[in-house]
Amino acid sequence: MTTLILTRHYLGETFHNRLGVVFGAVQPALYLVLFGPLFDRSGVGSWNVLVPGLLVQLGLMSAGLAGFGIVFDQRFGVLDRLRVTPAGRLSLLLGRVLKDAVVLLIQAVLLLALGYAFGLRAPLLGVLLGLMLMTMLAISLASLSYAAALRIRQELFAPITSTVVVPLLLLSGAFLPMSLAPRWLDILSRFTPFRYVVEAVRGLFAGSYASAPVLWGTVVSLVLAVASVAVGVRIFQSENA
Amino acid sequence: MIHVRGLSKKFGEVEAVRGVDLDVSGGEIVGFLGPNGAGKTTTLRMLTTLLRPTSGAATVAGCDLFADPAGVRRRIGYVAQGAMLSPFSVVGRELELQARLQGLGRTEARERVAELLAELDLTGIDHRTPVSLSGGQKRRVDIATGLLHRPALVFLDEPTTGLDPQSRANMWDHVRRLRERHGMTVFLTTHYLEEADALCDRVLIIDHGRIVTSGTPGELKSRHDAETLDDVFLAVTGRELREEPREKEAS
Repeated sequence: MTTLILTRHYLGETFHNRLGVVFGAVQPALYLVLFGPLFDRSGVGSWNVLVPGLLVQLGLMSAGLAGFGIVFDQRFGVLDRLRVTPAGRLSLLLGRVLKDAVVLLIQAVLLLALGYAFGLRAPLLGVLLGLMLMTMLAISLASLSYAAALRIRQELFAPITSTVVVPLLLLSGAFLPMSLAPRWLDILSRFTPFRYVVEAVRGLFAGSYASAPVLWGTVVSLVLAVASVAVGVRIFQSENA
Repeated sequence: MIHVRGLSKKFGEVEAVRGVDLDVSGGEIVGFLGPNGAGKTTTLRMLTTLLRPTSGAATVAGCDLFADPAGVRRRIGYVAQGAMLSPFSVVGRELELQARLQGLGRTEARERVAELLAELDLTGIDHRTPVSLSGGQKRRVDIATGLLHRPALVFLDEPTTGLDPQSRANMWDHVRRLRERHGMTVFLTTHYLEEADALCDRVLIIDHGRIVTSGTPGELKSRHDAETLDDVFLAVTGRELREEPREKEAS
């Protein structure tokens, strides 16, 4: 209940300043418009291969940097103000994380619509299942992002996370499938969770729901979500009596 | 209302608070006085469940601090040093959220916010952002965040720091009125000795993480044969409160 009160409050705040919602989606949208046509003619794959990658890029850019919001809440005493209420510590985290998931879903739908205009064709069921994976990814990334924001020195949060996001994104194979990679890069990318999510969403967009990549991507997303929320709550709690 | 024995907090090797004992009765306004870095904020953050004590025992508003922090949170209000709202948030919305988290229903929360803003002479600022308010108004909004659920006990961390003398005196009136109207117990920190003198029934002086003396302002002055609390502080600690370098308090 408190989770939903918080989520609604944060959503109100986010929509109050609509630019914020659009802003997180600008980078993937630019890739779609300025890189997509090139990719489509490269012979590597079509829009069905690129758009899933851009969705994961969106997740990393939007939910992955969500912790930035709590940096200010911590500085201005807002976080202490919430912590001194009887609200559960899980709610304090999930209230924010659910807001980030909703914002990401809206951004993802905008990106998909843009992709559709350019030539993306994917089955509705595959897209819906893909969005579910994206939601789980958003929950994981946002939780980790808040945990990092509470642990890293405030002024270092933005430079560190935006630096970490780049290799994770490149290693996920979001822009070009990792099947093209040399062996060492292929192996390295298997150690990052996002590769499995990208491949699962590609599988779903291709309509092959029962394939190994979809299964692996779902398992990785679920494990990552549970582990990330656990880490997030632990860090929210450890700052308290 | 507050009973504390041997409360300590270590940050690594640094002992910020070293075995504090204190008792506060219902309806008292108690001033917790000391230079920056003396352990005021650390003690306050422990008593408000925001920081885990290293050792000691404490009952706050009838609940054990260690066994029932949620019970403590339900019964107290806490207003931190500096701010409670981000500068660009909308005051009314933030206060309603705070009331909801304290367990009030939606309409109840709205009514309570209006009532409290009126009580603190803040009617009509619902749609404003803190950055657009005067220093005194902003600080009263901060105070409001701690009073929405009508707590029996409220902790105010340096409620008047940074305010001009007039706003400070105005804040004292508001604090006195809270006690008169609602029988609220107020535990506040300050490094203004005249604030402790003018507002508090009783004063605890903390230095280097220990309570060095306590009593009513009058008692302290006669005990140390001093004219003002400044002289008391000098007599007890051998230093002047104001000349203390403004080191950042460990918290």
